[in-house]
Amino acid sequence: MKIHEYQAKQILTQYGVKIPEGQVANNPSEAFKIAKKLGGTVAVKAQIHAGGRGKGGGIKIAKNPEEAKEMAGKLIGSKLVTPQTGDEGKVVQRVLIEEGLNIQREFYLGIVIDRSQQKLVFMASREGGVEIEAVARTSPDLILKETIQPGIGWQSFQARKIAFGLGLNAKTVGKASRLMSALYRAFEETDASMVEVNPLVLTEEGELYALDAKMNFDDNALDRHPEIVEMRDLSEEDPTEIEASRHRLSYIKLDGDVGCMVNGAGLAMATMDIIKMAGGSPANFLDVGGGANLEQVKNAFRILLLDENLKAVLINIFGGIVRCDVVAEGVVQAVKEEGVKVPVVVRLEGTNVEKGREILKDSGLDFLVATDMADAARKVVQSV
Amino acid sequence: MAIWIDENTKVVVQGITGREGSFHAAQCREYGTQVVAGVTPGKGGMNQDGVPVFDTVNEAVEKEGATASMILVPAPFAADAIMEAVDAEIPLIICITEGVPVLDMVRVVHFMKGKKSRLIGPNCPGIISPGKCKIGIMPAPIHKEGSVGCISRSGTLTYEAVQQLTSRGIGQSTCIGIGGDPIVGTGFIDALTAFHEDPATEAVVMIGEIGGTAEEEAADYIKAHFKKPVVGFVAGQTAPPGRRMGHAGAIISQGQGTAAEKIEKMRQCGIHLVESPAEIGSAMQDVVAQKSS
Repeated sequence: MKIHEYQAKQILTQYGVKIPEGQVANNPSEAFKIAKKLGGTVAVKAQIHAGGRGKGGGIKIAKNPEEAKEMAGKLIGSKLVTPQTGDEGKVVQRVLIEEGLNIQREFYLGIVIDRSQQKLVFMASREGGVEIEAVARTSPDLILKETIQPGIGWQSFQARKIAFGLGLNAKTVGKASRLMSALYRAFEETDASMVEVNPLVLTEEGELYALDAKMNFDDNALDRHPEIVEMRDLSEEDPTEIEASRHRLSYIKLDGDVGCMVNGAGLAMATMDIIKMAGGSPANFLDVGGGANLEQVKNAFRILLLDENLKAVLINIFGGIVRCDVVAEGVVQAVKEEGVKVPVVVRLEGTNVEKGREILKDSGLDFLVATDMADAARKVVQSV
Repeated sequence: MAIWIDENTKVVVQGITGREGSFHAAQCREYGTQVVAGVTPGKGGMNQDGVPVFDTVNEAVEKEGATASMILVPAPFAADAIMEAVDAEIPLIICITEGVPVLDMVRVVHFMKGKKSRLIGPNCPGIISPGKCKIGIMPAPIHKEGSVGCISRSGTLTYEAVQQLTSRGIGQSTCIGIGGDPIVGTGFIDALTAFHEDPATEAVVMIGEIGGTAEEEAADYIKAHFKKPVVGFVAGQTAPPGRRMGHAGAIISQGQGTAAEKIEKMRQCGIHLVESPAEIGSAMQDVVAQKSS
């Protein structure tokens, strides 16, 4: 799960991380008031769930409250396109107004899960404000890494290695060490999957601030963090994806026109791939899961049909725990109830496959039955 | 021969009295697997369809001689269940449960260092040595005894591949679903090492997917050490970056883990890579034909 910058800062500040003075504005007049209260130059930062906001014009500097109001007015309600949003962009609902700082230097700090090492890794770089992936590509030697030993946790000597490695002076190293411990504790205690402070800034006054902050959380651990779940911003998510998640279906909208409904994530991805290979373009990823029942299949089908671009549907089910007859029954009922207008190609295999095929045949509906995955992909692409 | 499990494997099912646990314990027994015990804390002394239930894994080991565990407990309790099995020195632990928090798995993996157990999963279909033993939730009838090993991060996509093999008369020595999570107990290389040493395995199907670098590391291992032919497939060529594709581990993040990179690397390392998931069986057929000619 993703949250906004201002929310990540709210969490980190509870752990003792210094953040610039600031507040969220939902409209221009709020922006004016906040900027006036802060005084001087302020930053106006669009709050969306995507990085690269600076490049997309989502971060502005205002010299006075009037300018802050004007910038907030332009940003709020507008569509912001950044390198990470895709061409469709994201609508800005609110902006964060923050005091300006006297920045001396900028750094990168982050904690990620290293899948190969199966441990957490602290990463730091002197190249603040730059995407860490870009640094990793161009100058990997500039990235400092410290692996965190599970059960032992983040140690002061590791923090010192990084702080001195970043070229901080002795006076600042202690502050940096406390800040890194705070980031680590925040990561562990919230079941984060990623914490990033980019940039971390050193001010002329010798203080360290999280000028930007990003936190992502492990979806599998949300049940034990109701306070994090409350931060979910549904307006940042695709409405169809929200509807799917209510039914415990895994759905991701794509920009093609061939809808697909598959059981199992790997097979669902492979089905998308084979549609592409056959010359088509998948409209979505949809995994009905291992234990899908009749209702779930019907819901899945209904969700598929919400896509206006849809020109054909491919159902690819390998029955293991999911029985083919149950899937067939669900599909027949859904087609009858929803009045489907696009061609539907069905490929069933596995448990009770004969029964499933019979149900499709006896339904009197016009299904295109495929014998295998390649055949299914061919048929669905031809029918578009 | 097969790897890790055979007709002598004695299985304890953790979570045997649950809906999933009872169903799959029965399915495994029907296949011929020796399910010797179940564990549900607080339900010791009961029996589930004739299988004795214990409060602790220790008891299941002491009284019934369990040598493997199949875990089907709800996700919040899975890490604890794995560690209990490790503590009881169960040699092979298969965690089917999906949705285990990643930081739980970081701790589990650390807990297992220096211990005697091997963990498969979590979030996996399990392991089957056709004709000998099945510990998992895969549909048994699609399998056939033979000499091709299968390793995969996916469930149903593995069934797809296995069926393509079986329908061509190509049997399997052992099929392992290693799981779709970012952190799993057994990786591709562990399984490949075992297949390397197994005389009954003559070739391997390896099915990867987007996310992480496990396929790349396995490809390096194959190039350096693995002398048996490998047919490979990577799912997710059309997956958008930054989105979790069903599996917690199937995500292209920080520009890492794309299908294209994995495919390129696997090709370079001599793996017979197929681009279409429909060609896994026929590619293996070609490999088998070449070997015997």
